Amino acid sequence: MFGLHYRLERKAIGLVLGIMLVASIGGIVEIAPLFTIHQTVEDVPDMRVYTPLEVAGRNIYIREGCYACHSQMIRTLRDEVERYGPYSLAVESKYDHPMLWGSKRTGPDLARIGGKYSDEWHVAHLMDPRAVVPESVMPSYGWLARSDLRTDNLGRHLKALRTVGVPYTDEMIASASADAYGQTAPDTNFAAGVAKRYGEATNIRPFGATPNGGLTEMDALVAYLQILGRLTDAAHRPVGG
Amino acid sequence: MIAELTKNERNGALVILAVLTVVGLVMAVAGYADPFGIHGGLVAIAALAGIFAVISGYFAPEPTLARFGEYYDTPSKIGIGLAMAWAVFGLFVGDWVAWLLAYPNATFDAGWSSFGRLRPVHTTGVIFGFGGNALIATSFHVMQRTCRARLPDQLTPLFVLFGYNLFCILAVTGYLMGLTQSKEYAEPEWYVDLWLVVVWVTYLVLYLRLLARRREPHIYVANWYYLAFIVVVAMLHVVNNLAVPISFYEAKSYSLFSGVQDAMTEWWYGHNAVAFFLTSGFLGMMYYYLPKRAGRPIFSYRMSIVSFWGITFFYMWAGSHHLHYTALPQWVQTLGMTFSLMLLIPSWGSAGNALLTLNGAWGRVRDDATLRFMMVAAVFYGLTTFEGSFMAIRSVNSLSHYTDWTIGHVHAGALGWVAMITFGSIYALVPWLWKREGMYSPRAVEVHFWLALGGTLVYVLAMWNSGIIQGLMWRTYNDSGTLAYSFVDSVVAMRPYYIARAIGGLMFLLGAIVGSWNIWMTVRMPAPVPADAGGDQPAIALQAGE
Repeated sequence: MFGLHYRLERKAIGLVLGIMLVASIGGIVEIAPLFTIHQTVEDVPDMRVYTPLEVAGRNIYIREGCYACHSQMIRTLRDEVERYGPYSLAVESKYDHPMLWGSKRTGPDLARIGGKYSDEWHVAHLMDPRAVVPESVMPSYGWLARSDLRTDNLGRHLKALRTVGVPYTDEMIASASADAYGQTAPDTNFAAGVAKRYGEATNIRPFGATPNGGLTEMDALVAYLQILGRLTDAAHRPVGG
Repeated sequence: MIAELTKNERNGALVILAVLTVVGLVMAVAGYADPFGIHGGLVAIAALAGIFAVISGYFAPEPTLARFGEYYDTPSKIGIGLAMAWAVFGLFVGDWVAWLLAYPNATFDAGWSSFGRLRPVHTTGVIFGFGGNALIATSFHVMQRTCRARLPDQLTPLFVLFGYNLFCILAVTGYLMGLTQSKEYAEPEWYVDLWLVVVWVTYLVLYLRLLARRREPHIYVANWYYLAFIVVVAMLHVVNNLAVPISFYEAKSYSLFSGVQDAMTEWWYGHNAVAFFLTSGFLGMMYYYLPKRAGRPIFSYRMSIVSFWGITFFYMWAGSHHLHYTALPQWVQTLGMTFSLMLLIPSWGSAGNALLTLNGAWGRVRDDATLRFMMVAAVFYGLTTFEGSFMAIRSVNSLSHYTDWTIGHVHAGALGWVAMITFGSIYALVPWLWKREGMYSPRAVEVHFWLALGGTLVYVLAMWNSGIIQGLMWRTYNDSGTLAYSFVDSVVAMRPYYIARAIGGLMFLLGAIVGSWNIWMTVRMPAPVPADAGGDQPAIALQAGE
């Protein structure tokens, strides 16, 4: 064996090929089957896609690095289920490009934060976390309420997401910018279009921040936080049900 | 620098920089409504600065053939300077965000200065800025010596070094503007990733060209590790960063993978960025500078073979231990745990090989802070790999995951192993490269050593405590069977440890500043006696026509 190596280490290309071969095996065995074994991701008929406003909010969550301190993955442990809710299923992040499971909880898990607090609570908390939770160490995100949300390129966002596998229709892509506004304007034709395309269960309301002005990044982020864990009810159903 | 290039190389540099300027300008114009355009402007400015530098040295006389009688060390010298600059910058940002967890208002009311954007600036600054530059600088030095051959040309190594630093600058400025893929340790967006591919492939080809010129039949162990570092990082980088941009004039992209497949790919990448960037490359450093400085041959050649292939094979399976008890199928979790445990054998093989090499030189370890840096690095490498295997066990991981224990573990490795072996190697290398008797101030090396060791211990002990307390508080039940603590109770309990950690980090930062000053003073010292290379010359001196 060492004799063989004695010869191998005289050949640069041999070493490179050897390294590539030896280093490939682990990834091929562990990753490739995740795409082919059907049970890896549960089949759930009621799984919805993010609306354009929620996609925009998710991108703000990514941009500000929220995932560095908040996980979105409730583990199959009793204390986690009692603290945060039913453990996370693979299907719940099926349309998450990329996933935001996180690796650290400087703050609590957010996988099921949607609907747990009011929009007003979220806005107040993001403006100044310590006004709501005095012991919090979270940064303030006041500038989000001062920043207009960019919606003109949301169609391109949805299109790219469709390329990587999220089932957005041509209609959804064409009306992405209007739908972002419509989701915050109940009782308008725009809102009706959102409900028609994304389902009646979609949250359609102003999300608090700026009732009269245009859309802000705060609105989008709150819209995203309020949908977390609510794209499907699969995790709340009994196993096998 | 420019005077060392031949006429052809100067022209080549101008062509490359002109192309880069055009690319930058096109990016700036096409992406004027997006941060993408700002990055285009940055690329154009960097390339124009390069053109200015080349032109200002363009009419200097060409280097003589005598250059073939000497190793080409300019890129290593610049690389060491850049590595120390990134170290001070990256550690400063790290310590700033550490204080933010104790004093969350100690920042500005603007996006760029919030914790979430600064944190990747810290990780990229220290891993890729400091670590990457140190690896490139030392790899050029080590491979020339162990091959007894000069670098094949003078332009390519400079392209690799400056191109790599352009990558780092685009990455860091991108985070401040909010550009990130959110994949940990792979945050830069698609076009920055593409640029790194160009640089990295050039680096690999350069390495292979040099190996082809070697005057030693065998390729030395250190080069196996540097090779594995270059080859595998390329594989990881390409697969994990596969993404679809929303357009070719906007920065945003969407990862090709989603959910569980994305999580597995990310941690296959993330764990092996630790393996092949922060371990393999630095083992290459250790296998050259430690025996050199100790004046002892490597303890066991066979042990290095077993360790090398063990690390290359086992590490790639271990990533899934980052996903215990998640929605990842259990069979993958179990494989990850099993291979993480087996990984201890090659890891301790390397650590043991390093420490046993010091047998017969322990007196020098006592007296020489430079060698002591390397010895402590090997000890931390052994401790951290043991801790890592331990934390990969499912039941241990159920406590440690998501807590500060992970942060403590990472810093035991990053400060104790990676930074210590780098500082030790740089302190050995600087006097060799600049042909000085020794460092300007051996005393300052001693001060740096104790600041670094003290800072690391304070940091790691604080994070062990906070992490275990945090994990226990989250799972503690009352007698009545309900959870005993709210989440915010655990946040309050962390505060003293967060302050201690920030102090440990500050000590480490101060050490790096002392080290940078010492290196600067050494370079500025007058050169002693007629420079005698003392055998430090390539074997292929004076072969014309190359």
